[in-house]
Amino acid sequence: MYRIALQMLMGDRGKYFGIVMGLTFASLIMTQQPAIFLGLMARSYSFISDLPLPDVWVMDEKVQFVDDIKPLQDTELYRVRGVAGVDWAMPLYKGLLKARLANGMFQTCIVVGLDDATLTGGPALMLEGRLEDLRRSDGVIVDTDGAREKLAKPPATPGGKPVPLKVGDTLELNDHRAVVVGIAKVTRTFQSQPVVYTTYSRATRFAPRERKLLSFVLVKAQPGVAPQELTRRIRQATGLAAYTREQFQKITIDYFLKNTGIPINFGISVTLGFIVGAAIAGQTFYNFTQENLRHFGVLKAMGASNGTLLKMILLQAAVVGSIGYGLGVGLTSVFGYAMRHSILAFKFPWQLLLFSGAGITLICMFAALLSIVKVIRLEPAIVFKS
Amino acid sequence: MQEPAVLCRAVAKTYDTGETQVPALRGVDLEVHPGELLMLVGPSGCGKTTLISIIAGILDQDAGSCRVFGRDFLHMNTREKLEYRARNIGFVFQAFNLLPPLTALENVAVPLIINGAARRTALGRAQEILERVGLGERSRSLPAQLSGGQQQRVAIARALVHNPRLVVCDEPTSSLDHETGHKVMELMREIAMAHDRSLVIVTHDPRIFAFADRIARMDDGHIDSVTTNGVP
Ligand SMILES: Nc1ncnc2c1ncn2[C@@H]1O[C@H](COP(=O)(O)OP(=O)(O)O)[C@@H](O)[C@H]1O
Ligand SMILES: [Mg+2]
Repeated sequence: MYRIALQMLMGDRGKYFGIVMGLTFASLIMTQQPAIFLGLMARSYSFISDLPLPDVWVMDEKVQFVDDIKPLQDTELYRVRGVAGVDWAMPLYKGLLKARLANGMFQTCIVVGLDDATLTGGPALMLEGRLEDLRRSDGVIVDTDGAREKLAKPPATPGGKPVPLKVGDTLELNDHRAVVVGIAKVTRTFQSQPVVYTTYSRATRFAPRERKLLSFVLVKAQPGVAPQELTRRIRQATGLAAYTREQFQKITIDYFLKNTGIPINFGISVTLGFIVGAAIAGQTFYNFTQENLRHFGVLKAMGASNGTLLKMILLQAAVVGSIGYGLGVGLTSVFGYAMRHSILAFKFPWQLLLFSGAGITLICMFAALLSIVKVIRLEPAIVFKS
Repeated sequence: MQEPAVLCRAVAKTYDTGETQVPALRGVDLEVHPGELLMLVGPSGCGKTTLISIIAGILDQDAGSCRVFGRDFLHMNTREKLEYRARNIGFVFQAFNLLPPLTALENVAVPLIINGAARRTALGRAQEILERVGLGERSRSLPAQLSGGQQQRVAIARALVHNPRLVVCDEPTSSLDHETGHKVMELMREIAMAHDRSLVIVTHDPRIFAFADRIARMDDGHIDSVTTNGVP
C-alpha cells in the first residue's frame, strides 16, 4: 500500500512539484533567514570572540555591550593586577577614530591599542607582516577587509578598481601619521568598520586628549582559579564590572536583541516563510487528497482500513516534507557557501537544522491532518456516485 | 435448500440531507442465489445504487436486515466489516475507478495487496487474471492508455482477482458503446460465474437483460417483481 501511496503522489507531477516547491521555499526561508540573523548576532560580539587569550574582561560598571566604551583611569590597571588570582592583566584601548583617506574623505575606524610590552589581544591571523612590527615607529596593522574596501586608495586610472592598502602605505588617523606594517584577518564586526591595531601608547596618542582612555583590562586567571570566581573578586576589590568572555558575549548579544529591531525583523521573515510555505504546501496537499478522494474511497470500499489510509497520507507528507526540507537546507548551504567571501553575515550551526526541521514537520503534520480528517470521514458509498 | 448468497428483508434507507429526508428504500425484500447473475433494473433514482451499496456493506441500512452469506454487516464492527468486504466482495463501477498512476497489472493486484498478499504473489495472480480477460499483453499500460472497454475489463479482473463470493456492479456497461458492453457482459458470464459466485448487476440497459438469470425490477424504493429470464 505504501508503494501505491507513493505512486499516487508522484502520479500528479504538477501537484507534487507544487507541494515540494512550497516546502522548499518554507525550509529555505526558515533556515537562511535565521542563519543570517545568527551571523549578524555573532558579529555583535566578534571583537570578544576574536580574543581567546583573556579569561576575564574588566570595564566600567555602566558598559552595556562591547562597543559601549566608558573609559577607565589608567590606574585601574594596577588595581586589577593587585587582585589575588590574577595571572596577568593588560590594558586595551578600543575607540572609533577618523582616518583621512588619500581622496580627502574620512572613514571611521575601530582603533585597538594593545599593551606595548606584550601586544596582548592582537589579531590571531596575520596575512602580511608580523604582530611585532607594531613596535616600529607609527606602525599599525589593518584588517584585510578594511584594506581592500573602505580604506582602499582611489583607482590608478579613473573608473578602475580601488587599490588595496598595503604594507608600507601611510594613513592619517585623527591627524596623526600611521604606517601600515601588517595586514590581518579579523572577523567582521557589526558595523563592518575597518579595524586598525596599534600599541596602547600610540592609540592613546592618536585618540583625542581625554582624562580617561583605558577601555578594557584583559585578565588571565592563574591556573586553578575559576574565571567566574575571579570576576567576583575583581568586582569586590575594584568596584569595576568584570565578566568572563562568555558572559560578556552574552551581555553584548542581549543588548542587540533588546535594543535593535533585528530579532523582530528576522522573526517576521521566518514567520512569513512558515505561513506562506504552510499555505502553499498545505493547500496543494489538501487539493491533492481532495482530487484523490474517489480513489481513497475505492480503496476503502475494497476493504482498506482508515489506519492504512492514514499511514499512506502520512508517508506522502513525510516524503514531500523530506524532499522539500533537503532542498531548502541544501539551497541555504549553497547560498552560504556562495556568500562566504561577501559582507553578508551567515552562521549555520546544527541546531538550526533542528529548528527548520521542526518547522517543516509542523507544516507537513498540518497538511496531512487536514487530508486525514477528510479521508477518515469519507463514506465509501461515494464510489458508486458518478 | 442452499442458503441464499444475499437475503434482504424489509430493508429501508432514508437519506438525511439536513433540510429534507429522502426515502431511497422503503422495505426491500430480495434474495440472490449462489451462482446466479441477478440484474437490478429500474428508472433512475429508484434506489438501485443504494440497495447494492447496502448489499456490498459500504452503506448501513436504517431498518430491516441484509444478510450476505448468512452474516449481517450491521452486526459486525468496523474491522470485521472491512475484512469481510476485502475477502468476499468484488466491485465494478460505471466509471471504472482505476487508479491512474498504477499500471493495469498493479490495479488488478490492489485487492490482493489490501488482503495482505505479498506484492510478488499479488502481481503474479493479477497477470493470470488479466490474461483471462484478454489483456495479458497490456498489463504494463496505464489506464489512460487503454480504451473504455479495456479499462472495464481491467476493472472486472480487479473485481475477481481475490476470488470473492459476491460481485456487485453498478451500471458496468453504461459508459461503453453497445458492442463493447456486449463483450464485457459475455466476459462476465464466462469468467465471473465460476465457483458458485453470485453477481448483482445494476443496469438500465435493456440490451444486456439477456445475460441475467433473474431480473429484479425496482421502482420508488420497492422491488416490484422478480422474473426468471425467459419466463415472463
Ligand atoms: N447521498 C445521498 N444523499 C441524499 N440523497 C441521496 C443520496 N444518494 C442517493 N440519494 C437519493 O436517493 C434516491 C435513490 O438514489 P439511488 O440509489 O442512487 O438511485 P438509482 O441508483 O436507482 O438511480 C434518489 O432520489 C437520490 O436522489
Ligand atoms: Mg445509480
